[in-house]
Amino acid sequence: MTEKTLMAGNIAIAEGAILAGCQAYFGYPITPQNEILEHLSKRMPGDGRVFLQTESELAAINMVYGAAAAGCRAMTSTSSPGFSLEQEGISYMAGAELPAVIVNVMRGGPGLGNIGGAQGDYFQSTRGGGHGDYRLINLAPASVQEMMDFTMLAFELADKYRNPVVVLADGFLGQVMEPIVRRPPVTELPDKPWAITGARGRAKNVINSFEMNPADFPPRVRLLFQKYEAICQNEVRFESLELSDATLVIVAYGSVSRSAVTAVKMARREGIPVGLFRPTTVYPFPYKALTELARHADNFLVAELSFGQLIDDVRLAVGHDKRVALVNRYGGVPLHADEILAAIKEMISQPVGR
Amino acid sequence: MRLETPEFDTVLYHRPESLEDYPLHLCPGCGHGIVHRLIAEVVDELGIRERAVCVASIGCMVNSYHYFKFDGLESAHGRAPAVATAIKRCHPHLVPFTYQGDGDLAAIGTAEIVHACARGENFTTIFVNNAIYGMTGGQMAPTTLLGMYSTSTTGGREPARSGYPIRVCEMLSALDGPAYIARESVHKPSAVRKAKQAIKLAFRTQLAGLGMSLVEVLSPCPVNWRLEPVDAMKWLAEHMLPQYPLGEYKVIEAVAALKKETDHA
Amino acid sequence: MVTLVVAAYPKTSYIVIDEEKCKGCHLCIAACPNGVIGQASHINRMGYIPATVIREKAEECTGCTVCAIMCPDTVISVYRHDRVSTHSAP
Repeated sequence: MTEKTLMAGNIAIAEGAILAGCQAYFGYPITPQNEILEHLSKRMPGDGRVFLQTESELAAINMVYGAAAAGCRAMTSTSSPGFSLEQEGISYMAGAELPAVIVNVMRGGPGLGNIGGAQGDYFQSTRGGGHGDYRLINLAPASVQEMMDFTMLAFELADKYRNPVVVLADGFLGQVMEPIVRRPPVTELPDKPWAITGARGRAKNVINSFEMNPADFPPRVRLLFQKYEAICQNEVRFESLELSDATLVIVAYGSVSRSAVTAVKMARREGIPVGLFRPTTVYPFPYKALTELARHADNFLVAELSFGQLIDDVRLAVGHDKRVALVNRYGGVPLHADEILAAIKEMISQPVGR
Repeated sequence: MRLETPEFDTVLYHRPESLEDYPLHLCPGCGHGIVHRLIAEVVDELGIRERAVCVASIGCMVNSYHYFKFDGLESAHGRAPAVATAIKRCHPHLVPFTYQGDGDLAAIGTAEIVHACARGENFTTIFVNNAIYGMTGGQMAPTTLLGMYSTSTTGGREPARSGYPIRVCEMLSALDGPAYIARESVHKPSAVRKAKQAIKLAFRTQLAGLGMSLVEVLSPCPVNWRLEPVDAMKWLAEHMLPQYPLGEYKVIEAVAALKKETDHA
Repeated sequence: MVTLVVAAYPKTSYIVIDEEKCKGCHLCIAACPNGVIGQASHINRMGYIPATVIREKAEECTGCTVCAIMCPDTVISVYRHDRVSTHSAP
């Protein structure tokens, strides 16, 4: 049934979680994602599902750890300052190989920042963010539909790889309302024999991320990295718009990619061959796809709502002999299409070469 | 390797079934060893080995899930009450208990234990108070006594700089959520017996779904107190008991009724 | 391999100490009301001088289990002869 409804991004995340069979949600109020907590406080309780508003994000992430250890599909949602408080818990979950979904509706930072949408947590989220060697799958929605779809996908990938997955959204996407198609609910949840369910009829299960003898720990970390290699092999996702003949490629994810779409249309109307490359997984990052694009495109314009973090990954992908420029806003202020168009014109007006 | 028992003798005391025959990494004379054994005895006597879950925390007891013959997991420093909250709410038939030290519960994890109690979460906390940070080598803990030496209060703890020791049972029993809070000790056999009774009643409180149960157990730390184990027990009696009086601090009616049942049974 | 000192005497109770796991903390020695337990004269695999049953005092064990109650490493088991055993003392 393609029942189309009008929904806010945050609500789409909450409904996506329920459709994915989320069995336990723990959250703490923080703008701009309070609606997720509020919505789930009404929708989660009932038929055995657990909902709890906690005393802090520290408590929330450790409750997600407990629920995940108990074999339940578990989620928390927060915004940048709360996401920072959750880093230790996330590192523990990666170390203990626990599946869970963490939603970060990013806002202006650092510090208290403000409640406007931003993308300043890119490094923190795509490089691990907590202590030790681990990575997190990061899905980057850019529409209310993707807020629902990627939340559902996050649960699936978390269970598939027994690793936490981040839905990396921002305040603009959380608050915007758009028509959305409600997906069919997931009915089959994976079996988890390793979970804490009581040593009944089986040997006991122990879930930890600790080895007293240092020599015993490296093999566990190596296992994690074999997992991340498989993730980089199989789970890279991105979208393309008018790239086949583009000599200038805009690279953008999340809400700012929507301004980039408009900028591409405006540029094309003025006969400028521009296209958009939009990663929908920012870990694993689509390096290969970007490198191939660099064969026929010389200019890469990175549009982001930060001081320049995505741009590092673009440079890694396209190398030094390509021109990579940044057009950005930060601290909670949006980036508009006309500002991107201006940057396009400025970039192509310079002579080719260094 | 089980100890063979000549078949014609009765066993007056033997290792509890729920305690693995696994050498404890703890120091000689450490109270944690006794508390682990008491928990295993209670789990055996209540027949809940297949439902018990050890939510270990960070400190000398970080390995406790290796010592019990039932499911267990590690939680981040101070967060065991949050982990146990989730486990109990996700699987109400399980019997999770957190095993925490004074650094874990009364320092970094204060918010978690206070809110778990405030919510009246239906799990059990075993809180071992030895007034020192053991695993990290003897630093001051929130329960370190005034004037007491530690590697971070080498001149003895002074309130001006390091504040006052925290009486956890008194603090938490001011909340409505907890159903049973008691403080016991392991400094001599009769105390160990009382500690076991309290731990058992705490688990029975959970089994009856009556709300949060917490047992604080005063315990020696010979190595970091710089005392022989036998002297450490004496020091505990002399110095810790006055600061941390033993006894029951919160017993709601339903738990008192439970207690009566045992006295007659 | 666990070396056992079975202090089996035709008296009613006796204890078994797993001397290879004992850490020599002396809590049982201090707790025993009849001084049945003392220090062994050897060092075990872990480098501790374990507790052991003093041969001459073994008969005074009443099976009160206080030693086992105080043992942090659960290395003491306590038994009682139900019938006067026929075999002689080892």
